Amino acid sequence: MLGKLGIEALPLDQPIVVWTFVVVALLGVAILGLVTYYGKWQYLWTDWITSVDHKRIGIMYILFAVVMLLRGFADALMMRLQQALAATGGAGYLPPHHYDQIFTAHGVIMIFFVATPFILGLMNFVVPLQIGARDVAYPFLNSFSFWLTVMGGILVMISLFIGDFAAVGWVAYPPLSELGYSPTVGVDYFIWALQLSGLGTLISGINFIMTIFKMRAPGMTFMRLPVFTWTALITNILIVAIFPVLTATLALLSADRMLGMHFFTNELGGNAMMYINLIWVWGHPEVYVLVLPAFGVYSEVVSTFSGKPLFGYKGMVYATCSIGVLSFFVWLHHFFTMGSGADVNAFFGIMTSLISIPTGVKLFNWLFTMYKGRIRYHSSMLWSIGFMATFAFGGMTGVMLAIPGVDFVVHNSLFLVAHFHNVIIGGVVFALFAGLNFWFPKAFGFTLNETWGKIAFWFWFIGYWLAWTPMYVLGFKGMTRRLNHFNQPDWVPYLNVAFVGAVLIGIGTVAILIQLAVSIRDRKINADVTGDPWEGRSLEWATHSPVPFYNFAHTPVVTSLEQHWDDKKAGIDPNTVRPYEDIHMPRNTGTGFIIAIFGFIMCFALVWHIWWLAIIGFVGAIATFIVRTYDMDTDYYVPAAEVERIEAQYAHAAKGGV
Amino acid sequence: MSYSKGKYLLLLMATLALSGCSDLELLNPKGSVGEQEKNLILLSMGVMLCVVIPVVALSLFFAWHYRASNPNAKHDPTWHHSTAIEIVVWGIPIAIVAFLGWRIWVTTHALDPYRKLDSAAAAVEVDVVALNWKWLFIYPQYGVATVNVLNIPVNRPINFHLTSDSNMNSFFIPQLGSQIYAMAGMETQLHLMGTEVGTYPGRSTAFSGPGFSGMHFPAHVQTDEQFNAWVKDAHNSTNALDDTAYLALRKDSEDNPETVYGSVKSELFQAITTQYDCTQENSLRREGDVSHCTQSGSVVMENH
Repeated sequence: MLGKLGIEALPLDQPIVVWTFVVVALLGVAILGLVTYYGKWQYLWTDWITSVDHKRIGIMYILFAVVMLLRGFADALMMRLQQALAATGGAGYLPPHHYDQIFTAHGVIMIFFVATPFILGLMNFVVPLQIGARDVAYPFLNSFSFWLTVMGGILVMISLFIGDFAAVGWVAYPPLSELGYSPTVGVDYFIWALQLSGLGTLISGINFIMTIFKMRAPGMTFMRLPVFTWTALITNILIVAIFPVLTATLALLSADRMLGMHFFTNELGGNAMMYINLIWVWGHPEVYVLVLPAFGVYSEVVSTFSGKPLFGYKGMVYATCSIGVLSFFVWLHHFFTMGSGADVNAFFGIMTSLISIPTGVKLFNWLFTMYKGRIRYHSSMLWSIGFMATFAFGGMTGVMLAIPGVDFVVHNSLFLVAHFHNVIIGGVVFALFAGLNFWFPKAFGFTLNETWGKIAFWFWFIGYWLAWTPMYVLGFKGMTRRLNHFNQPDWVPYLNVAFVGAVLIGIGTVAILIQLAVSIRDRKINADVTGDPWEGRSLEWATHSPVPFYNFAHTPVVTSLEQHWDDKKAGIDPNTVRPYEDIHMPRNTGTGFIIAIFGFIMCFALVWHIWWLAIIGFVGAIATFIVRTYDMDTDYYVPAAEVERIEAQYAHAAKGGV
Repeated sequence: MSYSKGKYLLLLMATLALSGCSDLELLNPKGSVGEQEKNLILLSMGVMLCVVIPVVALSLFFAWHYRASNPNAKHDPTWHHSTAIEIVVWGIPIAIVAFLGWRIWVTTHALDPYRKLDSAAAAVEVDVVALNWKWLFIYPQYGVATVNVLNIPVNRPINFHLTSDSNMNSFFIPQLGSQIYAMAGMETQLHLMGTEVGTYPGRSTAFSGPGFSGMHFPAHVQTDEQFNAWVKDAHNSTNALDDTAYLALRKDSEDNPETVYGSVKSELFQAITTQYDCTQENSLRREGDVSHCTQSGSVVMENH
């Protein structure tokens, strides 16, 4: 009846997990209780869960990413502690099976459920505003994408308490991830969580390509797209190109595990090298999926807070496009040590180092954007400067890893781990926080507390360097990643410093939570009534804060690259001159949420081989979708009078009224 | 504030560079391949630091100098294009990558793990098998084998042939040089040469399951006399590595002690490498694992 699921699936013998469950359960009950107490269920359902508003979906993506960041970071601290404790021959406090799950979950969560949703959240919120659109091209699919991602995250979280998670590393190389060597449900949780969220990401990618292609305001040619939107466009093209590969690869792996097939097994002609190639055909462009929008964020922030247009806009666009193209020709650098011939290795080494050309150009362009500017040290600018000081080193170590002769001795070492944390923390995560501080007032109508924002930055920045510089050194000392215990007293000082660094990053993370709390408390004092708190340059700053649900009272007409800045210089207020018109908007729908729930049920059932439940989930999802296709009432018009009333309210608030 | 941060970073890098040669294993190699790789590390890092450090320093300097509160800084709020600068900012990385690309092409061929090392000395063959979770080393020329300890003579090329019994591992002795994957059902090759007598730690660098942390071994690089004496001594061991012993050895086990086998069944390594090939007879074939071959060479599927 319940497939492989039984009482023994509950990890009651592991006190760490049991206590985590108790705390999570209490927190969950408290939150549900509060929602009930304040009678907010109706509000949650109509205003958030069923919302197809790109801004709300963006906010929910980011909220989800922040929650998952806390989980992923807890994993990181546990790993640092284990290695600091178990470096002199002791066993530490985490046995291998538990430790192996933690480093796997850390990687999976940070990439799929923190960085990716945070980036998608920023794109959701910002891109339609920057191109002067009212929403994305397919608002219902947008809601569907988001809930698929959340369901994937929930599946990963459930694995903590029911069964176990994969203990094979975040890319799950076979044959280790095959049934013979990973007989528990861990790898199945991994597969189905990524299938759910991967589908969500793919649909999102299609949605944003169409949005940017078809929904730009009149006059917004491609060479007038703000750089963040350009990076979003390239990122979404990459998503559409690579996520089907991930889906197919994981499907083949699950065919091996569930149907007794032999794509990647040792036996019967299976070949693990095929999986390793496929997963990196997805995996390498994936890091550009993350880092390109991050570059977009820095471009917007540096330009705004230097009070100057971005230096070399065209160069920036060409650089972004060429990174997108080159990212498909480098995947083999993840396994120079698999025995390819020298010609093949040298080709992929050279292709990889080519990527440093456009990336280097970008760094120079931000540098010259600051040149002769008037730089204001807003916390989002601090994150950007911190990025420039950090990322260049990550780029350098990346090129070193791209040289096969160097990679032969640092492959899979802590040098590699330090490199990708250098570019992902110093490149992507810093951008996420820069973007959070930058666009927050646009979303909520008040600015974030600067004191706590700067405290958070300095703890993260110093914590980053303390945590990862020793890791680079340990790589040169021959330390391998994913070690559970070892007897190497000379590694201990470095591991201890790294642990202190991780604790500082932890304090920085808490500072961000405090920053949010303090800012919400002081929201009246920090209210942004102008809609343009940072002297912004692109269209999102031309509308109010918080942005009304229809985004712009009048569809903007674009005549230049920095439309809003040029309007301000010319003294034009595009909102005052014309009479209001009816606005065409999509209706909210719970369909995306319901299909995602059915998808979740199906995937959970597949993990545990509960076939009848999987069928219910599958049929339910398809049926809900079919029902939706008969729903013709999917849009409506906001009457001009209603627009006028809302605009008058904003105008009243801007004059100091409430 | 950010300016002093920059100085701190430079200091940190300098300290790293200075402390380098003595206690960082990769910068203190004891093998001919490792020596070339050390030089490649230093060359590539040096060339790139020539640009990275000035760029980071300039970023921090610009960020500080053009602060809004600095009345002495020049201000040009519309300046955003300069063909000359753009040529330079594309030119610098192109020049560096052109240089590195040339070095990549040359060194990747010179350091190809499959390339036999140039040496007048006779080579020693070592067959390496990654097992769950220990290393088996077979010396086909001498008919001896070891688990979790490697003895090799100094200044003689070592021709490694590697495979895995099941999971993928990577065979790596940091101070001797390159690593290479060991994968089931196939054979990879690696050529190394120790140039200094001593004991250097080796390990697997590709995660292969719960016992992975125990997959380390000392690599003893010995003089010819020491090595010959060791081989002689090894022959005295009564442990024999035949099919039965191998089938027992390949069972999952962790943190295995160092073991020496005085005799090894001939062609054992080839049998391990081809055990998944249903078209050949093989005494090591697994029964009832995921699936297995029948005696006639066709396939039996066992669904779970």
